[in-house]
Amino acid sequence: MKLQKNTSLALYSVLEFAADPTRHVSAADIAAKYDVSAHHLAKVLAGLARAGIVESVRGAGGGYRFVGNARRLTLFDVIQTFEDPGLHETDHRERGERTPVGQALGAVLSEIDQTTKATFSSITLATMLSLIERQQRACLMPSSPATTAAQTRAAKRAR
Amino acid sequence: MKSDAAAHKATQRRSARISTARADTGGVTTRPARRGDLEEVIAIDAAVTGIVKRDYWRSIYRRYGDGAQAGRQFLVADLAGRVCGFIIGEVRDWEFGSPPCGWVFAIDVDPEARLSGVGTRLLAAICAGFRRAGVTRVRTMLARDNTLILSFFRSQGMMAAPFIPLEIALEP
Ligand SMILES: CC(C)(COP(=O)(O)OP(=O)(O)OC[C@H]1O[C@@H](n2cnc3c(N)ncnc32)[C@H](O)[C@@H]1OP(=O)(O)O)[C@@H](O)C(=O)NCCC(=O)NCCS
Repeated sequence: MKLQKNTSLALYSVLEFAADPTRHVSAADIAAKYDVSAHHLAKVLAGLARAGIVESVRGAGGGYRFVGNARRLTLFDVIQTFEDPGLHETDHRERGERTPVGQALGAVLSEIDQTTKATFSSITLATMLSLIERQQRACLMPSSPATTAAQTRAAKRAR
Repeated sequence: MKSDAAAHKATQRRSARISTARADTGGVTTRPARRGDLEEVIAIDAAVTGIVKRDYWRSIYRRYGDGAQAGRQFLVADLAGRVCGFIIGEVRDWEFGSPPCGWVFAIDVDPEARLSGVGTRLLAAICAGFRRAGVTRVRTMLARDNTLILSFFRSQGMMAAPFIPLEIALEP
């Protein structure tokens, strides 16, 4: 599964803002961190502002701040602002899709779509922020003896 | 990949965080269900599902209630002597080749008592029981379109398990 570039950027930005709603984060900081042009990011941030998820902050430093409800806003809500999250629930079908082969393939694709939708719509920004925190903690944790022994053996084999 | 010991420590830290994070659940305690709780459990279930299933709940109580086999848990959340939620689960051994793990197969919080940390408390309590039973992983299976319950388990840090449930309609 791959999200469009604008959608990924929107998610990165929203999560950066939501991590601390009192902080004004400048677009330049986010552009530098995620290695995108400030111009490209500005369009994405304008989209988020139009959707009422962030608000631009005037004055010294400028920037944006998160104004949504991180405990209720889901990944699906943000994604939907930027792309139709696939979901082959369209009335318009190509001729191939109406054939028996096309219909069977459609059934499989729809399974995937429904799982994708269930995943995105059940993960709130608050849940994502906890996931980020857990992953960071896991990275900081010293490796367990079992892992270290396995790593040593693998390193020896590689030599 | 994280070792089981590390996963265990992380789980302990998370549940410590869970139990201190929600001050608004003050007054709610969790304990094993008693026979006398059944009517309230049945009422909560009926409020959520719209069906009163007295026989079903009696048989669940016989299997999971007071003094049930080790690894089986039927817990209730008690607010000043009133049951405001319940959770049920068990340790399942080597199901489809998977090492023993804790399974949560029912959770319900009285609609009036929701969003004040009762569900979080119930899950923390059943996880503590699973840990005492020696397992280091907990699983559940949820309806794909039940966003509420999916969001709840996700908020507790649960992620998709490496299994895919499959089904088929049996032809007559
Ligand atoms: C899911 C359920 C158990 C949650 O119980 P609860 O006591 O309200 O849960 P908590 O207060 O501990 O909530 C913990 C987190 O879950 C998530 N959550 C709970 N209710 C939510 C809702 N309505 N919308 C979005 N997220 C929600 C939130 O992240 C919440 O944390 P927050 O309050 O900080 O935002 C309860 O809503 C319930 O019983 N629902 C019906 C369950 C059901 O369908 N059972 C039948 C199948 S077994």
